[in-house]
This record gives sequence, C-alpha cells and structure tokens, in this order.
Amino acid sequence: MALNYSKKTLHNFRYPKNIGRLTRPDGYAQIGNPICGDQLDFFLKVEKRRIKDVKFLSFGCASNIATASVLTEKIKGLSLAAAKKYPWQKIVAELGGLPQQKIHCSIMAIQGLRRAIADYEAREGEKKVAGRGKKKKAMAKRKAKLKTGRKK
Amino acid sequence: MKVYLDNAATTRLDPRVMARIKPYFSEHYANASSIHALGQEAFSALKKAKKIVAKNINGAADNVIFTSGATEANNLIIKGIARANRERGSKIIVSAIEHPCILESARELAQEGFNVKFIAPDKFGLIKPAALKRLIDKKTILVSVMAVNNEIGTIQDIAALAKIAHQYGAHFHTDAVQAVPYLKLDVKKMGLDALSLSAHKFYGPKGVGLAYLDRNIKLKPLLVGGGQEDGRRAGTYNLPGIIGLAYALDLAYKERKAYLQKVRALRDHLWRRVKKEIPRVKVNGSLSVRVAANLNLMFHSVEGEAILLDLSSQGVYVSTGSACSASDLKASYVLKAIGLDKNNLNSNIRFSLGRFNTRAEIAYTVDCLKKSIARLRSFTPIK
Repeated sequence: MALNYSKKTLHNFRYPKNIGRLTRPDGYAQIGNPICGDQLDFFLKVEKRRIKDVKFLSFGCASNIATASVLTEKIKGLSLAAAKKYPWQKIVAELGGLPQQKIHCSIMAIQGLRRAIADYEAREGEKKVAGRGKKKKAMAKRKAKLKTGRKK
Repeated sequence: MKVYLDNAATTRLDPRVMARIKPYFSEHYANASSIHALGQEAFSALKKAKKIVAKNINGAADNVIFTSGATEANNLIIKGIARANRERGSKIIVSAIEHPCILESARELAQEGFNVKFIAPDKFGLIKPAALKRLIDKKTILVSVMAVNNEIGTIQDIAALAKIAHQYGAHFHTDAVQAVPYLKLDVKKMGLDALSLSAHKFYGPKGVGLAYLDRNIKLKPLLVGGGQEDGRRAGTYNLPGIIGLAYALDLAYKERKAYLQKVRALRDHLWRRVKKEIPRVKVNGSLSVRVAANLNLMFHSVEGEAILLDLSSQGVYVSTGSACSASDLKASYVLKAIGLDKNNLNSNIRFSLGRFNTRAEIAYTVDCLKKSIARLRSFTPIK
C-alpha cells in the first residue's frame, strides 16, 4: 500500500490554517494521544451560538494536520448546530481524497471538534446553573428533607 | 538540493555495475540451463559469479543459491530448513527484531505446529548470547539472528550466537542484508550454516539476492519446477541480476575501507550537529555497536511521519523505522522491543547514509531538519 497524499493535503500540511492556541477559549477538547500516533487539541471562541474563532494544535502525521486545517477553515462562522453536523466525507472530498489508511484522521478531527463544542455547551450549562444557584440550592434542600422524611 | 538518506531501504545502482550487467541483456542472453554453446557460456558466467560471492564471504561456491531477493532467501532458509528437519525436533528460535520476512516465516511455521521462540533484545538493541541460552535446547532445529538490524543498525555478536546454536546441534542462519560492507562476512569464522544477502542494499540491482546454505543441510525447496540450483530453487537464472550482485559485492568489499571512513565521518558529523543544534533528541539503540551508515533518532513531541514529509518537501529523503512500516502505519516493533517509552514510539526517524552522500548534503539536511522540528514543535500539544 503506497501512501499517496494529494497536493492539497500536502499543501495544508505544509501551510496549515488556524494552527496555534486561543487563550481563554469558550470551548476546548483534546482527542487521541501520542501512543496511538496522533493527537489534536481544539480551541473555540463562540459568539451568539456561532463559531467566532477556532484554532488547533497537532501531534500527528500530514493528514492529521491537513484535515484539521481544512475543517477549521470550513466551520469558522458556522452555527454550532451546523458545525456539529459537518461530515468527515466533506473534509476528504475537500482534500481531493485521502489514502485509505488515513481516512480515520478526518473522522478524528470531526470528533475532536464535536467534543470542543460539547465542552462549550457544558460550560454554558454550568453558567446557567451558577446563575440559578440560590434557587437550586433551596430546591435541593427541600428535596433532601422530603427524602429523609420519607425514610423515617 | 536532493538528499537521499534512505540507503537502508535501497541504494542507487553503481554505474559500474550497470555497465557490467548490460551485455547480459543483449549479448549473453541465453538461458544458463541450455546445452548449446551460448547457454554454456551463460552457465560459466553463473558459476563465476558464485565463485566471486564465495570468495567474499569465505564460503564454498556450491553453497550459493541465487534468489529474487532476501525476502525469498529468508523464506527459503527458515521454512526450508525447518520443514526438512522435523525429525530433529520442532523448535525454531529467531530474534524479536528480525525483518518481517523472517518473523512472518516463523509465524507460518508456528501455525504448522513448530515451537517458535523469539529472543528479546536488550535496551541497546543487542541480542545477548545468554538470552539465546535461556531458550535453546537439544530439540532446536534452527536459530536465526540478523547480523545488522535494518532500523537501528545495531550489530550482533553472530559468532558467539552461532557457537551456542552448534553446542545444541542446531543450525545457525544470519540475515546479513544490512551488513555489506559494514561487517566482514566470513561464514567459517562466524560459524554460519546459512546466510542471506540482497544486491540492492549494496549498490547492485533490485530483484536479486542469495541464500548461502551448507549443502549438507537438508532443505525443502519453496519453488519447484525446472530443477535449477540443483533442485533447491527452481526458476530461470536471472543472469543480469546475478552478475550485478556478484560484481557489486566484490566492489563493496574491495572499496570497503574508504567507504566506511567516508560514511562514518558523514554520519558522525550529522549526529554531532543534530545533538548540538536540536534540543530533546535521543539516539535509539546503541550508538557505538552500530553500522557506520545508520542513525535512528527520536525527536521528542513531534510525529515521525510529519518530520519525514516535511523533510521530503524540502528534498531530504529519510524514513520512519523502515520502508515497510511506512505503509502499515504501525509503530516500530523494533523500538518497542528495545523498550522505548510508548509516548515516543511515533517520533522516530531513520537516517541511512551511503556512498553518494556529501558533506554539503549533510549540512543542508541539518538546516532542513532544524526548520522542520521547530515548525512541528511550534504547534504540538505534547509537553
């Protein structure tokens, strides 16, 4: 099996877009690890449920870097809902195809991005919870009382 | 500038060898098995080639079997000896860092019911005689340990290992594909019953190799047909390849001293500069007990294939581990076997130098390497 990368993949590997970190990201996720041979870290800035900015770090092969580069370009400006649905097949098509044994790179990039969005959403959820903190605490107390009351 | 530093994968054909081969396509093209005068001329050339090989490894010309390469030679020796000598026992011992053609042959034998054992190397990539002693017994048919490892270039103490094998009545084979001309091959002094070589690793043509095998050892052939090589390997003699192999081997040993000096100086220069100018780099395997052409390095926190392709785009051609590992994408089993930290298994590059490299090429390589490592480290998430 030869490893033939398209020109576009090699170009995106050599000159990746959106590479680097974002300080104080709204969403962050890490996927993969050096033992498996590839890792991606995604950083998101979100505004009005749209991806305002996105950056990534990579420990990985040429296709790992190239797929993340293309993906970040394509999803910048998209709504979170649309970004979550972005399919790996589109990345592969955008790069003019990937070698069979490298298809997993595109899937990994998508999964990493979704995790970063999920991280953002979890943080938002926590903020809301924090905002309603007093109300919730009171509720929890009442519930606990009820429970212990029943037990007795 | 184009810099080829993948000579352990294959070498460029020596123009002198090319010139020597040519007439065997156009003039001396007869089948060496034909009885007519032209065929007999070809047969004489074949016999002469065997003599040249024998002289260079201090063996007997009759023991030389030409093959399509070392993969075939290794398959023939491992499987052929095991299958023909079952009455002796069922144990086969090979090192854990052999080339895949040995490892896969051994695994095939395991499926046939042979008791196959793998000798683990130490952390320097060396197969210790004591490790063989722990595995060997009187039922062992064959022990096979490569003379020089293809990934990390470490040199094994073949004579000591062969001696142990013989103490137990086992045959001893070495895959010497990466050893020419770095080691002086002497089948008598080393105590070898069998040895394999491949021409394209020493500036000869691709598609030709040899199995050197003591005639007194029983062998079950892999290829049957027209009875060539006294029935040990059927198939029309590849005379141009055979002539090329013998001549390339002869040149390799005639010019050995100057070649080693040159390659060693370049390799040492490469390592000196890398060590000084690039942080967090380590040599994989013993640096001292290694052939002069090899440098296998671990670059912390960057991925090997990315380094390879970044260098490739600048015209510097290296490999990760071996040429074989490039397609199956698995981390090197050799580096695993010598105990490299699993976090670093995907961060390795093999530089293998050769006759045609120059000092200017090495300088260019270091410049490119510095740029590549700096670029890839600028965005690695690994600390």
